[in-house]
Amino acid sequence: MPNSRPMSPHLGIYRWRVNMLQSTLHRLTGLFLCLGALLVVWGLIAAATSDAAWSTFAAFCGSWIGLVLLFLWTWSLLFHLCNGIQHLVRDAGRNYGPATRDRTHDPVYWSTGWAITAISVVLTVLVWVLLLVHVGGGAA
Amino acid sequence: MSAYPGQEGLRDPLKVAHGLGASRSGVRPWWLQRVTAVALVPLSIWFLFLMGGVLHADYPTVLETIAQPVHAIFLIVFVVCLFWHGALGLQVILEDYVHTRWLETALQIALRFGALLGALAGVMAVLAVWLTGASYY
Repeated sequence: MPNSRPMSPHLGIYRWRVNMLQSTLHRLTGLFLCLGALLVVWGLIAAATSDAAWSTFAAFCGSWIGLVLLFLWTWSLLFHLCNGIQHLVRDAGRNYGPATRDRTHDPVYWSTGWAITAISVVLTVLVWVLLLVHVGGGAA
Repeated sequence: MSAYPGQEGLRDPLKVAHGLGASRSGVRPWWLQRVTAVALVPLSIWFLFLMGGVLHADYPTVLETIAQPVHAIFLIVFVVCLFWHGALGLQVILEDYVHTRWLETALQIALRFGALLGALAGVMAVLAVWLTGASYY
């Protein structure tokens, strides 16, 4: 059945703001992390199955495509985590509401989105630097 | 004989609404999504460290790591919360973007089966390693 209900004014009429980026990225990273959940289960089942099954899993993770995916999953997790914490804070009623949504009067409300995005990227790089140092130290 | 549009007979529409919509029980998925989110905050940070330590390890070390009771229990809680939280998120995405009724219903059911299967598989795998696998080495 075609949806004949009236639409609200569409996206084009809204002024672009950082919470649109947060909302979109939260969904996309959430969707992507659901695929990551499948990888987690693959790894656990591989560990429970055999040495060969784990080797296949580890080989996938160590391949180029695997490493790129793991890097993207790390960032997705950290963005979803940081933005999710802001979500929980605002769900609790902090830094949220009509009085605080004016950009000129409450720059904090509007800057946390950029801060979250930046922090998630910095943390991702940090995790991978630590990981590479750890692996390098382990191999040496 | 209807007092409200959509009312049939003498039944009050409020009676129909109770128990079907956002009347008391309607906030449950929303609330569970927050509860699992709170659990996943420390669990996912812990999981990042666990993965960092395990991905380059040899097989016996992997089994030993998973079979440590604290790791095994946290892994089980993590997998359950992960699939629960993910399923609740995907449910909202389906509600928002799939407008064909039969397709949405089919996908919602498939999502529940899939999430349950994923969580169950993960939990069983951890239990298998914890209770049997590690003893082989």
